Amino acid sequence: MTEVRVAGVGLTPFGRHPERTGRDLFGEAALRAFEDAAVDRADVEELNYGNFMGALAEHQGHQAPLMAEAAGVRCPATRYESACASAGVAVREAVRTVAAGDADVVLAGGMERMTNLPTDEVTEGLAIAADDLYEVRAGVTFPGAYALMANAYFDAYGGSREDLAHIASKNHENALPNEYAQYRREVSVAEAMDAPPVAEPLHLYDACPITDGASALVLVSEEYAAEHDLDASVAVTGTGQGTDRMALGDREHLARTPAADDAADAAYADAGVEAADVDVAEVHDCFTIAEVLALESLGLFEPGEGISAAREGLTTADGDLPVNLSGGLKAKGHPVGATGGSQIAELTRLLRGDHPNSEHVPEAEVGVAHNAGGTVASAVVHVLEVAG
Amino acid sequence: MSDDGADAADETDETDAAPPTDRHYAEWLDALADGDGFALVCPEGHGSLPPRRVCPECGAADLSREPLDETGTVATYSVVHVPSPRFADDAPYATAVADFGPTRLTGIVRDGGADDEAPEVEIGDTIAVDVGERATDGERLVVFRPAGGR
Ligand SMILES: [Zn+2]
Repeated sequence: MTEVRVAGVGLTPFGRHPERTGRDLFGEAALRAFEDAAVDRADVEELNYGNFMGALAEHQGHQAPLMAEAAGVRCPATRYESACASAGVAVREAVRTVAAGDADVVLAGGMERMTNLPTDEVTEGLAIAADDLYEVRAGVTFPGAYALMANAYFDAYGGSREDLAHIASKNHENALPNEYAQYRREVSVAEAMDAPPVAEPLHLYDACPITDGASALVLVSEEYAAEHDLDASVAVTGTGQGTDRMALGDREHLARTPAADDAADAAYADAGVEAADVDVAEVHDCFTIAEVLALESLGLFEPGEGISAAREGLTTADGDLPVNLSGGLKAKGHPVGATGGSQIAELTRLLRGDHPNSEHVPEAEVGVAHNAGGTVASAVVHVLEVAG
Repeated sequence: MSDDGADAADETDETDAAPPTDRHYAEWLDALADGDGFALVCPEGHGSLPPRRVCPECGAADLSREPLDETGTVATYSVVHVPSPRFADDAPYATAVADFGPTRLTGIVRDGGADDEAPEVEIGDTIAVDVGERATDGERLVVFRPAGGR
């Protein structure tokens, strides 16, 4: 097994870009990633690309070859779809390919266009990440599903809407200096509490926005990095994935996410680290309650303790374990099929020291990224480390 | 299980038929509406809903139709204010996941009469299951009704 290095990362600004096509967005992210990596495009051996609802949003299936064109690479190109974990699985397969020695250079990432659709069509589009037969037909929306988990969590462990509001407020504050974030605006706990309900107990500021954007990573083998004298100081040392029953109602736990438990266990074992070693985390906070479930699945907090972590200042920028210093999906935005790649890009920048929030984690050695699909029927976890 | 699942893929005259999954769902709703609601239960006692060829928990292929319990218990719920287009005229409504013995169902909680009311609901409430219609387009869906007690 060879070590997998992040040679370069690229993001588009996340936000509303209804006038831009998917290939334009992914092309921009890839361009930035190649500039950052100083890697020759001709050396790319595979493109792993994540996208969820392109067939709905752009009437465009078979997107991977288009994105290879947009990125200026000519190599086997495949689209990965795993709902909101689409880019996570694309990156995971890239990591495995390089680690196995099957390629020295792989381009991975993802793209989603969402704001060109009316909001109700986006709601419908996102809902198809749930079980159509037994959930969507019973009125379960994407926020509705997380609301079901939130009420189950409150019932099992306690917690309140105010705890969730602290998570929203924290992530909005983290997004302020992030040039790629959709919402660079403070949201107070009171403002979040007063927002209109979406699916109770979740209100407007408990939910991530609808976002367009793309992410791209150039992953290389340690040997390639050395040979080409690349500045690739961050390594992806662990990857893990888990799957759960599709319908929320078919799961053993309504207030826990076993798919993410499995993904985290596998990623930590792969990297040879433990939860206690983690210095900084980017987790899938599509809804505020999702951050809580992620922290507990990652073993960073015991079940029932993740809910108060933001309120107690443990996961804030100046806390012991800063979480979502990018702003998270909540404030940075959630272009569904790009998100998993953007989390790795942000963690890489944080660990390299060139993220606007790197000052909050100057000694950080180990970062973890958690990317969830649907209501966590899919989960992908990656461990990133500063290479020794 | 004898009459469910395996035959669906063999249909050839299905130009007007719903897709196989829809057909099994419709049959299950028919049974539910007739007061003959059932779950598919494996020898280990895991309950699931059709269509199934095997138990999703343990992979056992010999599933039997067992009647659903008369009442269930609300495991979790949410009042949805922002619906998908197919539920535009139904909102706000209460979605719940409820335990019926070894089987969990997801549906909308409604009071006895009007189909457009979202009653107060709590985790632990006892509810009965029925078939109702979406206000938006008349499509049938799983409906829970308060059955007293919590
Ligand atoms: Zn079974």
